[in-house]
Amino acid sequence: MSDATAAAGGDKIRCDACPVMCYIKPGAAGACDRYANHDGQLVRVDPHIVLERTVSHGGRLVPFQAGGDWDGTLVREPEMFVTAIGAGTTYPDYKPAPFIVSSEIDGVDMVTVVTEGIFSYCGVKVKIDTDRYLGPETATVRAQGEAIGHVTTSEYGSQMLSLGGVHHLTGGSKKEGRVTCDALMDLSNCKPVELTIDGGATVVVQAGYPPIVNGVAEERMRVGCGSATIGMFAKQWHGKVDEVVVVDDHITGVLSEHQAGKLLDIPDTGIKMKGRRSTPGRYFQVAEPGTGWGGTKISDPLSVLGPFDPKTAKPGMTMLMVSTTGEHAAYYELDEALRPVEKTMPSDLRLSVERIQENCEPALCTVLFMGGAGGSLRAGVTDNPVRLTRSVKDALTRVTSGGAPVYVWPGGGITYMVDVTQMPAGAFGYVPTPALVAPIEFTLKLSDYAALGGHMDYVRPLASLKDAEFRPMLTPGRRA
Amino acid sequence: MKRLPQIGWLADGKRLHLQDGPIDLIVACEGGAADMRAAYAAAARRFTGLLDELCAELNELRQAADPQRCTLKGVVARRMHAAVAPFAADHFITPMAAVAGSVAEKILGAMLHAAPLDRAYVNNGGDIALHLAAGKQFSIGLIDRPDRLGVMRTLVIEADDAARGIATSGRHGRSFSLGIADAVTVLARTASQADAAATIIANAVDLSGHPAIVRRPANELQPDSDLGRRLVTRDVGELSHSEIARALEAGAACARKLLAAGLIEGATLRLLGETTEVGTSRIERRPAHLFDGRAA
Repeated sequence: MSDATAAAGGDKIRCDACPVMCYIKPGAAGACDRYANHDGQLVRVDPHIVLERTVSHGGRLVPFQAGGDWDGTLVREPEMFVTAIGAGTTYPDYKPAPFIVSSEIDGVDMVTVVTEGIFSYCGVKVKIDTDRYLGPETATVRAQGEAIGHVTTSEYGSQMLSLGGVHHLTGGSKKEGRVTCDALMDLSNCKPVELTIDGGATVVVQAGYPPIVNGVAEERMRVGCGSATIGMFAKQWHGKVDEVVVVDDHITGVLSEHQAGKLLDIPDTGIKMKGRRSTPGRYFQVAEPGTGWGGTKISDPLSVLGPFDPKTAKPGMTMLMVSTTGEHAAYYELDEALRPVEKTMPSDLRLSVERIQENCEPALCTVLFMGGAGGSLRAGVTDNPVRLTRSVKDALTRVTSGGAPVYVWPGGGITYMVDVTQMPAGAFGYVPTPALVAPIEFTLKLSDYAALGGHMDYVRPLASLKDAEFRPMLTPGRRA
Repeated sequence: MKRLPQIGWLADGKRLHLQDGPIDLIVACEGGAADMRAAYAAAARRFTGLLDELCAELNELRQAADPQRCTLKGVVARRMHAAVAPFAADHFITPMAAVAGSVAEKILGAMLHAAPLDRAYVNNGGDIALHLAAGKQFSIGLIDRPDRLGVMRTLVIEADDAARGIATSGRHGRSFSLGIADAVTVLARTASQADAAATIIANAVDLSGHPAIVRRPANELQPDSDLGRRLVTRDVGELSHSEIARALEAGAACARKLLAAGLIEGATLRLLGETTEVGTSRIERRPAHLFDGRAA
């Protein structure tokens, strides 16, 4: 055997999809033509294979008990819902979608067109419930060193990432495209993915699970910003402590100066905050963002304070410092030199800290898959694709993804978002383009389907599917 | 959980599609409604686990067949061996050369065991096992290039004919070919025999050492190919009219021998637009557009 052959032999992989256990060389497919070696990775390629064959394939059909609250401006939810997972697809598409299923519900013929779309315009929007600093806005987010997206504007109690998109998938290097595709697929299939943010943290993201920031699992979302926390708990602190500082990288609250404290006639304490005062008792930028107290980088909360004003402050005054999640808290008394000295926290104050914790919701990562059904995918559904778009916008056609409800963006095209935890397990696949393969179903009245130029010849009754071998589905569902 | 094959109806709701690993079967039958149901159920039942049975003996199935002796255990594996054994003395051939036809035959057998049927076929990627009750017939479309649309011609198989198996081999199919034929379609008494013979005849359609023919060792393309380092055809460039005729004649000579030995009922050989037939007077040269694209 020549050296070249031996080296190539080292790149072959063994497919374990069936007992044939083919050895597959890079760029080649196994005996079944369904699985291939793509840069050393086993990938499913049948969506492409199907389109190249003239034989219509009987892909595996998957029933999915859809429990959605679609109020049925038209009709009720079908009892059995056929998802597109495993239906196979056609791309670039001029043939009818793999399955166009009709079922009669309350005497109305309904048509569900199920297909697996190949989405090169797609990505995920990740919401990470944490106040910890993950990185500056617009910073590059990497997986395995490759740029796959960026940090976008934060939302309430959460950091947001925007990952994928056509530029990372197909606009960069081959490796960037592959890594992006892998990360998107894993995130969409509810698997954990480690992401590093330029100038920021390393975070492990898994849909439905708490984020792990720099190796530490996040537990709770903050109850509110520091100022809001003062507002919520001022009454509970009144009379039990002279001063409360709620440390927050966004708005740090100070009880004695805050409007809520003023309403309770809480006297001034001579406290001096660092940072920029916004309105009374509300401070911006008390410290650099980080993964310490309240999303700041500090580990010693006293570092956000200047010296107490000796004209107002008195020895023996008490102070509670707490983060917006209650996760960090400390209790101090001023000594003779008006320096705060940490003491054991009285039990009633500990109770208020626990109350803050209790009011924080569990921190989760949520992953919304976002993709656009392009002209070719729509052509698989009807011979006049734009009518499908109009029908969706007019709410005559309901779009689902793996049976899960989706949000369809207003405006052109059919661009939708779906919570991946609502979808059956393993709903996403990919093709070496690289692009993601995601299920998409269009449900509408048979008469409407005919009107929008549907492939009526390919409509088959639901009953004909019931004889098929159904694959039991794992639905990860929502975690509590 | 036990791995289960994919079993579903094709879009017309009349043909059953069975798939497991590399096996894709299209199954259809005609008869009484209850009989058809029983037959389809039997096909699905017999298909389940069939691939595992085969894979248990995969290593031996990939070795050159012994013309005298069969040490294989599985029913389908033994059928594969029986189909290739007549060729094993003179040619390199492994039982894998008859895997598609043997599987088709086995599934058809299970269906017929379950219920009487008027007509039935099990099409395993072009290797087809047929059943015809008295007075029935099938018309079969021949396609020389499976990667292209269009039917070359059709042939009719009647209940009185001996042929119950059809197989096609060539360099465009899923399996590798040692020859250069675009397609060799063989009629034989069984699908497994047709499968093995089509492989042998397609290998014989060849021009050794021709510079326009690109060949590569099979195991460079598929590491575990049963053909090992044997050179398989990857591309065929331009050939002269006489070269095409010479290659087809080499295959036809092989086919005539098999016909005389009773191993096949007929064969159609196709190379670069030219066709040669051996013992297949029944093939109709009717225009392709009349054919409706179905096997029945």
